[in-house]
Amino acid sequence: MSETTLTDTVRTTGQKPGQDGSRTAARRRRWILEVGWKYLLAVVVLFYAVFPLVYILSASFNPSTSLAASNAIFSAFDLSNYAALADTSYWTWFANTLIVGFASAIGAVLMGAAAAYAFSRFRFAGRRGGLTTLLIIQMFPQALAFVAIFLMLLSLGEVVPALGLNSKLALICVYLGGALGVNTFLMYGFFNTIPIEIDESAKIDGATHAQIFWRLIIPLVTPILAVVALLSFIAAFGDYIVSKIVLVSEDNWTLAVGMFQWVSNQLSANWGLFAAGAVLASIPVLVLFFSLQRYIVGGLIAGSVKG
Amino acid sequence: MSVPQGTATEPATAPSAPPRESHARAWKGLGWGFLVKLVILAVINAFGVLTIIAAAQVGSWIVLVGSIVILLVADVVYFTKRSIPLKYLLPGLIFLFVFQVFIFGYTAFIAFTNYGTGHVGTQEQAVEAALIQGERRVEGSPTYPLAVVERAGVLGFAITDAGEVKVGSAEQPLEVVAQTGDTGAPADVPGWQIVPRNDLISDKAMQQEVQELRVPVSDDPNEGSIRTRDGSTGAIYTSTLVWDEQAQTITDTVNGTVYSADDHGNFVAEDGTKLPTGWAVTVGWENFTRLFTDPALFEALSVVAVWTVVFAVLSVAIPFAMGLILAIIYNDPRVRGRKFLRTLFILPYAFPAFMSALLFRGMFNSEFGVINELFFFGANIDWLGDPWLARGAVLFVNIWLTYPYYFLVCTGAIQALPADALEAASIDGASRSRQLRSIILPLVLVATAPLLISSFAFSFNNFTVIYMFNNGGPAIPGAPYALGATDILISAIWDISGVSGGAADYGLASALSIIVFIVVGVIAAIAFRQTRKLEEF
Repeated sequence: MSETTLTDTVRTTGQKPGQDGSRTAARRRRWILEVGWKYLLAVVVLFYAVFPLVYILSASFNPSTSLAASNAIFSAFDLSNYAALADTSYWTWFANTLIVGFASAIGAVLMGAAAAYAFSRFRFAGRRGGLTTLLIIQMFPQALAFVAIFLMLLSLGEVVPALGLNSKLALICVYLGGALGVNTFLMYGFFNTIPIEIDESAKIDGATHAQIFWRLIIPLVTPILAVVALLSFIAAFGDYIVSKIVLVSEDNWTLAVGMFQWVSNQLSANWGLFAAGAVLASIPVLVLFFSLQRYIVGGLIAGSVKG
Repeated sequence: MSVPQGTATEPATAPSAPPRESHARAWKGLGWGFLVKLVILAVINAFGVLTIIAAAQVGSWIVLVGSIVILLVADVVYFTKRSIPLKYLLPGLIFLFVFQVFIFGYTAFIAFTNYGTGHVGTQEQAVEAALIQGERRVEGSPTYPLAVVERAGVLGFAITDAGEVKVGSAEQPLEVVAQTGDTGAPADVPGWQIVPRNDLISDKAMQQEVQELRVPVSDDPNEGSIRTRDGSTGAIYTSTLVWDEQAQTITDTVNGTVYSADDHGNFVAEDGTKLPTGWAVTVGWENFTRLFTDPALFEALSVVAVWTVVFAVLSVAIPFAMGLILAIIYNDPRVRGRKFLRTLFILPYAFPAFMSALLFRGMFNSEFGVINELFFFGANIDWLGDPWLARGAVLFVNIWLTYPYYFLVCTGAIQALPADALEAASIDGASRSRQLRSIILPLVLVATAPLLISSFAFSFNNFTVIYMFNNGGPAIPGAPYALGATDILISAIWDISGVSGGAADYGLASALSIIVFIVVGVIAAIAFRQTRKLEEF
């Protein structure tokens, strides 16, 4: 790309003096053709990307709760929608979402890290087969089996009520069931980049495998742990299908289940509530996403998609 | 080929080979790690034993066997030195087996049954339900003084019958618990607490429960049950239906109709009338054949299947093209503020997907939506009600959601391109478009192909966007199970299953799930061929 500018200058310096005006005009035309239009396009793309978000932000500040009134962008600034959230179950749902999200993120990280460590550092019978099986299982979404999840929790609840329908613990367990398949590969690759000499020297110094895992490896793989934690959190945060069938009573709902109820009825007057709730709920996710962005991009390229 | 690979893996296997010192000689006391392990395993064992006992009591044999196996495996793995890798793998594997592998198998099992509304339990439960439906108070039967009793949240009745206090609940038939000289309502019932009448009168919900409660007189459903209207006297109600287990028939004693059990889990009379409750039975391939032979269902499902494929392909192709083009354009170092632009470009990706779909649901609203209002000058375009507009709109939403992902991925891939190849090409006089066509595109495609395939599989089952945006609507006219024009297969399964209310057909839904599983499996196989990821380990 620097080639063009180079030849550009060579060519222009070769011209006679006194044509400065036309030369800068030519250069400007050239700049517009090669670079300038990219700014114009950027404006279009920015509008496309950001408009819905600006709209929801403006709707959240609009004191009227209806959909129709929120079309006048930033015509009002009022925090009544945010205050009104306190009268709904929003904060209960928010807390539920955080509980489910954090628990499944922590569980997914621990299980995935342990499995990735085993696959990366030990050579055992069935290792290759195990990795292949995980890769295959990963392709089958758990959500497709929601009928079986529903019926299984129904009968499991008769034995252990804490693992039955309407239990957050049961929902977390279902999410953790999918943890190994999705995350092991992501982590396995990263674990392989940690030189095995570290393990060996520790072993010579008399460390047990548990000490090597907790004291040496875990601190070294923190970036991938953060990525897996974030992706698991977002997956739990955004899941509707499983949480809808598992969590029956309103005080157990997550945000996805609860906020859907607000706006599923086209004429309901909960639009302002939804807007305020969406803005509040997205802030922590946005902050986490952009602070971990560097690692996430690497993780995404290693093969996960938005859930 | 095999030689360098061999040398690459050798050093990894070598360190585990040197003879280790005996564990006894390396003994340095128990240590914290062991104590922590002991406590955790003690808790797990306690919980496991409780589960096993509870499962045995309820008679849930799968849970019983499952928890025994899990407990044994856990104890063996963590208390022996046999398999160190398994110590790391086991927690994840248990969850994987119970909550993923088992439910896949269970789905396959349900697909071969008629499990659903009217066919939920066993035959025994169906008989019981049928007899309850036909229950009438026995003419001239005695009334008994009755007290409502409670134990651990379960309500029951206690009656006084000829000097004996009998107590029972819905689950437990009457049994004699005490002798009494009184003839009034029992005042003291061993093992149960009597609910004071004042509580009963003030608690509407409990009244309702008491009126619906029926306590079987004995194990034989034909003997009837005790019911009460006022909470202080009870009477025997028996069914007008009589169950004959030997002949597998239920006879209506009022008009003499005989309902006999058929192999579809129903009690059917000779004139074809059915009792409303049936039981779950295995029906073989019936659910699968029904998907293809029921014309209304097949027609609607074909529309859904075609749309699923179109949606999945376009949801990958369009955002990928957009992401790639934008990535190439904004990789130009002459554009200033690229970092800033990139951050804003990927904002939709960081915004939680379900909220975006709900947000667009409001924005596309035909009457009040901001899209009609601002961009179509207040026109009343029915985005969510017209099949083609709705399909276009949901694609638009999904593109908005996913193009930043490809933008990120393609930017990463372009920046990782070998600089010397591009330099060599430009020295050789290759034009920019030629470089793009012959170097950049092929290399980027190789790097992103595996992602495209897994994204396709993901879009194929992207329930959240479809359901949140428009519930899969607008409805396909004449389609059974409320199938709609934007429904993809997974949301169609949701509609058919009826788990969210309405008539449920778990068997049919699971059969459709199995078919989608097979389709996904084929995609997975293609993915394996394409990526050859397996060669890496």
